[in-house]
Amino acid sequence: MNNPNKKRLRRTMMFLNAQKPSLIKDPYIYKPDSIMLDLEDAVAENQKDAARFSLFHALRTIDYHGCERVVRINGLDTPLWREDIRCAVAGGCDSIRIPKTESPKDVKMVEEAVEAAEKEFGRPKGSVLIMAAIESAKGVLRSFDICESSERLFGIALSGGDYTKDLQTHITGTGIELMGARSQMVISARAAGVQCFDTVYTDLNNMEGFRKDVESIHLMGFDGKSIINPRQINIVHEIFTPSKKDIIFAEKVVREIDTKKAMGIGVFTVDGKMIDIAFYDGAKRTIELAKASGVYKGEL
Amino acid sequence: MEIKRPAIAGTLESSDCQVTVEAGDGTIDFELESSVINQYGNQIKRVALETLRNLDIDSVHIMIVDKGALDCTIKARIEGAVYRSLQQFDQLPWGGAIQ
Amino acid sequence: MKNAVGRDIPEEILSLTGKEVFQGNHYKDGVPFTKAGPTITPLMDNTKSKLVGSIHEALVKCGAHDGMTVSFHHHFRDGDLVVNMVMEEIHKMGLKDITICASSLGKAHAPLVPMIEDGTITNIESSGVRGAIGEAISHGKLKGLATMRSHGGRVRAIVTGESHIDIAFIGAPTCDDYGNCRGVGGKTDCGVLSYSHVDGNHADHVVAVTDCLVPFPNYPPHIPMAKIDYVCVVDAIGDPSKIATGAAKPTTDQRKLLMAEYCTQVVANTPYFKEGFSYQTGVGGASIASTISLTKIMEERGIKMGFGVGGLTKPMCDLLDRGMVRCLLDTQDFDLDAIKNVKNPNHFRISAGAYANPFNKGAFVNKLDYVILAALEVDVHFNCNVVVGSDGVITGAQGGHPDTAAGAKCTIVIAPLIQGRIPAICTDVTTVTTPGESIDIVVTDYGVAVNPRRQDLLEILKEADCVPLKTIEELRDTAYSIVGEPEKVRFGDRVVGIIEARDGTIMDVVREVKPFEFDD
Repeated sequence: MNNPNKKRLRRTMMFLNAQKPSLIKDPYIYKPDSIMLDLEDAVAENQKDAARFSLFHALRTIDYHGCERVVRINGLDTPLWREDIRCAVAGGCDSIRIPKTESPKDVKMVEEAVEAAEKEFGRPKGSVLIMAAIESAKGVLRSFDICESSERLFGIALSGGDYTKDLQTHITGTGIELMGARSQMVISARAAGVQCFDTVYTDLNNMEGFRKDVESIHLMGFDGKSIINPRQINIVHEIFTPSKKDIIFAEKVVREIDTKKAMGIGVFTVDGKMIDIAFYDGAKRTIELAKASGVYKGEL
Repeated sequence: MEIKRPAIAGTLESSDCQVTVEAGDGTIDFELESSVINQYGNQIKRVALETLRNLDIDSVHIMIVDKGALDCTIKARIEGAVYRSLQQFDQLPWGGAIQ
Repeated sequence: MKNAVGRDIPEEILSLTGKEVFQGNHYKDGVPFTKAGPTITPLMDNTKSKLVGSIHEALVKCGAHDGMTVSFHHHFRDGDLVVNMVMEEIHKMGLKDITICASSLGKAHAPLVPMIEDGTITNIESSGVRGAIGEAISHGKLKGLATMRSHGGRVRAIVTGESHIDIAFIGAPTCDDYGNCRGVGGKTDCGVLSYSHVDGNHADHVVAVTDCLVPFPNYPPHIPMAKIDYVCVVDAIGDPSKIATGAAKPTTDQRKLLMAEYCTQVVANTPYFKEGFSYQTGVGGASIASTISLTKIMEERGIKMGFGVGGLTKPMCDLLDRGMVRCLLDTQDFDLDAIKNVKNPNHFRISAGAYANPFNKGAFVNKLDYVILAALEVDVHFNCNVVVGSDGVITGAQGGHPDTAAGAKCTIVIAPLIQGRIPAICTDVTTVTTPGESIDIVVTDYGVAVNPRRQDLLEILKEADCVPLKTIEELRDTAYSIVGEPEKVRFGDRVVGIIEARDGTIMDVVREVKPFEFDD
């Protein structure tokens, strides 16, 4: 099972209520990397059934122009999630997001249901990926195990609202209440070789606060951020866009290592400085980010 | 499938539509009120009839109040109303009768 | 007979109106004409008063009669009370076959519908109509024709005598007892009286209607006493809460911001964007947002605007206050900030004629570098429709759209690709109001299309790589792929209105709408 989408670029993942036609019809014009069609919290309890039909046809019909289509299913403690998965997989979603993940067992349960749905609806095995949202202290503590629980799992995401409640604090806007979870989760994800996404920032009137928040999680090593409004997209992409200097350096690293390796040479230098092979993946990632951000038009 | 209970799905928000189904008298009794009826009235009717055909429903009174919904939304709301009427919420025929 | 935008204009309309079909923007350029003059009644006796006790008295003294033409301005917008007040009196007097020649009619004028139905009003000349009057006209209730003219086109029609006004009613926020009218002060401050200048100059009789009589002389006047026959004081000429609102908050709608950003990039990367450039924009969220984002680029590059013109809003007035535009030329004020800003010494009032009359020896619009406009529909020939809704019902106004589009070096139309389910970019607009030859660039949320006539701009924008460029056909195809291809509205045979081009030729006709019926 080797799904190339596991490592795709996910700087922004935009939440959209799957039940709202006006929201789901063309979010791609704002160019988020992923959209997250929500069947869970955004959908009223008495509209859960209707939201599935809306989701199914949106997935089937609407051309999302390369945006990844993640579906957030209802909690594993509800009677809804299994049908949610059947609907999403039949519709053709790219990934399933599990809410309130607390253990590898949760991921395994979803994995089984996804696999069954792939079979039922004739989709190739492994075509649907999984991500796990972590919303509790227990989930944070077990985040490494969760990251390693499934071949399908491409990443974990912090969900700050529920997590801070569990921690008996609240969202302050300073990030202090999220410090522990953010550190532990990003380390777990990196150790397991999967991606890590930060929680939403809900104050749409404080774009400066949002910017600071994104800058800090970018420096911490996160791969991207969950967002609630298209206004937030450009700021995240801007912060996750490599600088010109970084791009030039990355380009040199990739070229140097590629050519020297082809010649059988194991010592690499860029701008007169020695570099080692460990630079290679980082440089590749920089180029990919630069390409996605539209600032790199080179040949690599 | 037979519609016995009245059921409703969808909203009157822009880009949405509200679909009501009621027991029919052996035919498909179609009613439409739409903000775009001049341009899309026939298209909406075609989609509605096709959706009902896929669901194997040939007796129903269906009323659609449309606020500029796309075809995919119209289908979703019709199916939403029909399965509510049937009280079926699990093991739905995704990709089968639901096309 | 087919015109230059491919619209078939019925022969009976050509013979009824004596008009020609539209033959291109410059068809009448350099063609001399003789101005029409009004029949004036002198006032020499210094013991006579111009004050009349009622609208009724004014009508009687001006010789109101069946078949006459009465005129109005629309500076009070949705708050206007003058049109209804005068027409109710005309209705009471039992006069018939009246032509209304208004600079525009809006939602406030729904009470005219019964007068249309009973034959009091049989012809309407206006920039456009909205709401109930539009419905009435499109359903064939008006006995004669509705003639839709641009702001410049209205002035031309009156100056040439094609429209002859018997009695003009000018709602004046302040006026003295000898008829000096000003657009400022009083209870219904609207800033300017630009649309009324031509009425004052060319109507046989002119009545100033005010709710704020001020001591003589009310100086400097916007319409001077020499043009005014009578002054009528009434309780209220407008509802101030509906004349101008507080400045619209900058939009937070990302779709509009996206279009604003594309628009700003287009302006900033085209060659007219340099020191002293001129600019006009509208009141839509995207237009206002693009003015704000353009300001930032002007600051960065140290570029100042030469003049801004047309209907004004706060962001344009802010530019003046900050010294970033040399002067503003004002024909209408859309918010309270713009009304207040009229006091700025470099904020000048101009008449609708100076602004846009195509039969001037040159109008301000001819000196525009950029105009940013909206549209209900744009077709693959770049023709725009701003008057008739996609459902065939008259629901908008030409305003200065065709005037500025024809005048500006770079005309940019902003429209969201899809509104509800209606594609704004389509194969053929329902009704042409502004010809494609006037439109240079179309900005949508899905990309930007350049008119192939403007290869120069296309090359420049390609080179700049600043916006997603599409062909207009690609935009249409994208829209149709999402919403499906719309069916054409089915019209009846009867022509209920004509869309007049700026020069008085016929751009298009509007037909009676037919109720929808399913195919089977």
